[in-house]
Amino acid sequence: MAAGSSMLPAAAMRPPRERSSSWPLVDRLCYGLCWATGIGLCLIATAIVIFMLVKGIAYLRPSLFVSSPAPSLHQSQSGGFSDPIIGTLIVTAIGTVIAAPLGVAIATWLSEFARPAWLARAVESAIEMLAGVPSIVLAIFGLLILSQGFLSFLSQGAAQGSLGESFFDAGIVMSLLALPLVVGSTREALGQLPDRLREASYALGKTRSTTSRHVLLPAVRPGIASGIVLGMGRIIGDTAIVTILLGSTLKNEPVGHVPLLGTLRGTGSTLTSYVYNNSPAGEGNAHEKAYAAAFVLLMIVLALNATVTHLVNRGQAPRERRRLFLPGRLMGGSR
Amino acid sequence: MDPLMPPPIRRIALDVEPHVAPARPTPIANGSAAPVAAHAKLRRPAAQTTERMHIDSVSLAYGENWVVRDVTLPVRQGEVLALIGASGSGKTTLLRSLNRLTEITAGAARTGRITLDGRDIYELEVNDLRRRVSMVFQQPNPFPMSIYDNVAYALAEQAPPRGRRRRRTPELEQAAETALRRAGLFDEVAGDLSRSALRLSGGQQQRLCIARALAASPEVLLLDEPCSALDPISTATIEELIVDLRESVAIVIVTHNLQQAFRVADHVAFMHLGELVEYGSSEQVFNHPDRQRTRDYISGAFG
Repeated sequence: MAAGSSMLPAAAMRPPRERSSSWPLVDRLCYGLCWATGIGLCLIATAIVIFMLVKGIAYLRPSLFVSSPAPSLHQSQSGGFSDPIIGTLIVTAIGTVIAAPLGVAIATWLSEFARPAWLARAVESAIEMLAGVPSIVLAIFGLLILSQGFLSFLSQGAAQGSLGESFFDAGIVMSLLALPLVVGSTREALGQLPDRLREASYALGKTRSTTSRHVLLPAVRPGIASGIVLGMGRIIGDTAIVTILLGSTLKNEPVGHVPLLGTLRGTGSTLTSYVYNNSPAGEGNAHEKAYAAAFVLLMIVLALNATVTHLVNRGQAPRERRRLFLPGRLMGGSR
Repeated sequence: MDPLMPPPIRRIALDVEPHVAPARPTPIANGSAAPVAAHAKLRRPAAQTTERMHIDSVSLAYGENWVVRDVTLPVRQGEVLALIGASGSGKTTLLRSLNRLTEITAGAARTGRITLDGRDIYELEVNDLRRRVSMVFQQPNPFPMSIYDNVAYALAEQAPPRGRRRRRTPELEQAAETALRRAGLFDEVAGDLSRSALRLSGGQQQRLCIARALAASPEVLLLDEPCSALDPISTATIEELIVDLRESVAIVIVTHNLQQAFRVADHVAFMHLGELVEYGSSEQVFNHPDRQRTRDYISGAFG
């Protein structure tokens, strides 16, 4: 630093830093508290990752990814978690496929149309409420609806009506978890678009719907994508809905003989329910497998978070979008 | 003069002189085709004009606040009408009311009548009206798509044809090229029309916006301070363009820049605090204004 600064001209050197010793005592205490909590949070996050890394890697075997779980008290015979991984993928796919188009549609309507106003307000509070409902409540409500007999095509028939446990059922209710995140993220991105983009399109004689579809939504793709990825993270991490609406069975149990459809109508499990069942609290009590699966789960969620960060940065950092929001060249015009 | 200085700058510099000095060469009135000097070309009066729009005792308000009071003005094809005035004089609001863009703002109200070819614009379908009366804004606002798509989007009735990125029909390409040529941009961007419009320079972006506005062959073109965010060279290009376009399109331009109004306009309307103070040929308004307020504004006493 000393060598570097000596090469800089005097004007480029930094002014002396403000000293906190001149601050009032309360400010200094609070400042310290801010530092402490910030560092504490980092420590906790690091601890989780390191702990799961150490525990997880110790028990992680490649074979765990490809072998199905088996009912055995011996760790060597209880198999791997290929079924839960597939289950997680299926549930996430179904939930996302439902939530993404619905969420984008709702967000576009709220941001660009929102008439009548009372309906827009109602939709807004409904979405907010949905975002706050605990997933176990959603699950119970979903079971109430989905166990009606006429919905048995989504799962399988039961003594009274429908079983209400299947990948379809779980995926549908999971989409309600992801929906508020997609709506929120898309709406925020639409709200940040400058109004002159809309005016430019209206001034060309385009309708609101053409403008939304061909100008606004393409411009907020990164916002939509990050909402979807956040929603996927929420779905992957949920256990309550899996327990109640997917059966959380040891293996994925297809219904009937149609390959894919049978699986989707059948029961199964995801990584979260696998971790729960194999933890000391669950029936399996195979904590080694639980740690390994939890580590895989953590890695998936971290990868999704990294994707969100990447998408958001890509949406804002490049020159293109900067210039869209803050057009440069305000050269004062001609005199 | 510095030989390295590009011609447009020099012309602007020369242009300032004539109307500061009272002994300005009068525009060629007989319509002779010989372009004597650059500014004479800009100021050559149009051969014939037809009234396209008529603003008839129009008042406009946002909520309780009346920003335009009882303005009556004709908009003629074959000439450029400039609206001048200080900030807050209501000229932009008046301009935006001509294609009903004021409606977007909540609480906007209007009295009076605006007609396009004799028909009240409030009887026309709004998107139809806006295709006929197109607008270019103060800030260049190209859509975040390619140059070609920007123009193609404007060309389409509502939505661009399917697979617009891959399939370009020859007619569409031809129409896009024509629009870009009319805006004087084609030669600069012809190499790569699939480039993002946001990578163009500010002046190019604004000309793209003009091309976009021209693509749907509007009958009236509204320009809201189109050069205020641009450098002198781009400004000169756009001013020439405006004068060239007035034969085929009726043009209304809002500007803070008096020299610009003088250079491009055939008629000038001076507005102050929402009222139309003076309307006349630019020759008359700039050289022999009737009203004291116009005289003060033109001479820089306020504004």
